[in-house]
Amino acid sequence: MQHIHLGAIDYTILIIYFAFVLGIGWVLRRFVRSSEDFFLSGRSIPAWIAGLAFMSANLGAQEVIGMGASGAKYGMMTSHFYWLGAIPAMVFVGIFMMPFYYGSRARSVPEYLKLRFDEKTRGFNAITFAVMTVFSSGISMYALAKLLELVLGWDFNASILLSAVIVLIYIFLGGLTSAIYNEVLQFFLIVLGFLPLVLLGLKDVGGWAGLTAKLQTVATQAGFAPGAWSDSWRHVGSATANPMGVEWFGLVMGLGFVLSFGYWCTDFLVVQRAMAADSMAAARRTPLLAAIPKMLFPALVILPGMIAIALHVTRGGLLPIGSDGTPNYNLAVPMMLGHYLPTGLLGLGLTALMASFMSGMAGNVTAFNTVWTYDIYQSYIRPGQPDGHYLRMGHAATVFGILLSVAAAYATTRFNNIMDMLQLVFAFVNAPLFATFLLGMFWRRTTGHGAFFGLIIGTGAAALHHGLVLSHGAVPGLKGAFLGAVLHTYPSEMAQNFWTAIFAWTACFVATIAISLLTRRNKPDEDLKGLVYALTPRLKDRDLPWYKQPATLGVLVLGLTVVLNVLFW
Amino acid sequence: MKLDVRLPIGLMFTILGAILTVYGLVSGDTIYDRSLGINVNLWWGLVLLAFGLVMLVFAIRARSTPRGDAP
Repeated sequence: MQHIHLGAIDYTILIIYFAFVLGIGWVLRRFVRSSEDFFLSGRSIPAWIAGLAFMSANLGAQEVIGMGASGAKYGMMTSHFYWLGAIPAMVFVGIFMMPFYYGSRARSVPEYLKLRFDEKTRGFNAITFAVMTVFSSGISMYALAKLLELVLGWDFNASILLSAVIVLIYIFLGGLTSAIYNEVLQFFLIVLGFLPLVLLGLKDVGGWAGLTAKLQTVATQAGFAPGAWSDSWRHVGSATANPMGVEWFGLVMGLGFVLSFGYWCTDFLVVQRAMAADSMAAARRTPLLAAIPKMLFPALVILPGMIAIALHVTRGGLLPIGSDGTPNYNLAVPMMLGHYLPTGLLGLGLTALMASFMSGMAGNVTAFNTVWTYDIYQSYIRPGQPDGHYLRMGHAATVFGILLSVAAAYATTRFNNIMDMLQLVFAFVNAPLFATFLLGMFWRRTTGHGAFFGLIIGTGAAALHHGLVLSHGAVPGLKGAFLGAVLHTYPSEMAQNFWTAIFAWTACFVATIAISLLTRRNKPDEDLKGLVYALTPRLKDRDLPWYKQPATLGVLVLGLTVVLNVLFW
Repeated sequence: MKLDVRLPIGLMFTILGAILTVYGLVSGDTIYDRSLGINVNLWWGLVLLAFGLVMLVFAIRARSTPRGDAP
């Protein structure tokens, strides 16, 4: 494959960007005086900044590359990750869950679990989360360095070193505030860096009408109905009628409910941004304000992939063909950058790609150092030290968190299977979590034992389900059926994952209720004030102007999302 | 606020916009074959410049008002 050539101006743009992210860290370093400044920005971030950071922290390079790849592979149905999955979950966390996260003054999601349930539930969540964040930032570092090596011919080691050192410096200096401010800068850079690509691509294929016409060729060639790549809902009646291989129930329950709510409502990486907001009202608005750009992002990240596959099929040869004869979808976005952008704007596009990688990695690192310091170190290793001690530990955790991520990135190059296995285990652990939070926040009878064993049973159910089913064409092993028997074969891996999540959630939900009813409550009503819906005074939003009221914003966001779903039905 | 985030954002996009605009003015036509014959460096450079300057204006205005806090 021929490398994309960069000119001096492209490198200049990249270097200016590096100077600014480091500069922001440098300026903010003098505002870090206590551990809460470092880990939670001293709870002083205005809603709009926290909102953009909330959205940006999730927008890692894997999101940009992955959504583009899915756009090429599955077409418009990829929008379900946004308009069915993310947006409703973001509205839910803002309106219903943030009052407990922010109101309880918990400093992290695991700490909320301790306040609400008990030590063991917190420990389980803290440890799995800490391990998971380190590995996922390592895996995305590996993916980015591989991509830069393939597309630009950059040295793998140099890419890893450069990105790790820059993220390390700006978080080390300014803590969460620095990560958040940079995420806002990175957000604008991602938008303004990818937008010209989308505009040029759309112009080239003849606008939306021209694109759908070309995608009809893509769909019919693959043996589907002509609209299979340009409609989001019309072909989900049966799993065999759409490229994703899922039917509506698995899609709505698995992706729309379990996976999306599980991620957006319980993952500390995003929730941390809202916890850093300067007031309860701002914390509740954070995910709602994030939902507004989020709902438009399919145009920026999915559309390039759809344009890429349309050009690939109708004009031929845009995407390199992999060893199995299918196009390499992961290269859709980088190939589009090289295809349309001349030197100059190409530098801006690549800088945007680097920015998305850094915002994702910074999200992981800040979440890791907080959970490590507060939920593991302060809780189990050295409790009762003065605050300065934990601040120093936060700095140290930033360094070794990044070192561990780098180690994970290199481990991925050596042992690809171990990484796949770890990701699978994390999926098992994550799938049932939302059931625990839902019951914990809305049913005061939920007990500590119920929550803990419910989680274990849910995780076990996920592993059991995955171990007994397979997706069409896959071989037994990591892809499923590792327990020897194949009880069911799903039409696609996606459908298999969605159903694993559904089983895990349901098992956790039922087991938590059953065990809670069988065990004695470990916390009286007084201890649960501010942690459980029925025992928390209702928040009065009446004094706020309408555009600042969470409920009004939520209805507005959901209404717009319905409109988008209908428009692209 | 500790640092008005619009300040670094405004500065960075003003600089990037200016660089791209100037580059668009001096670069030859041949590099724009792939961008459908449009001098995207010039046009998008101007967009970035405008965005950067708007951000800067907001940041400076917030600074000069007595309370100085952002919305």
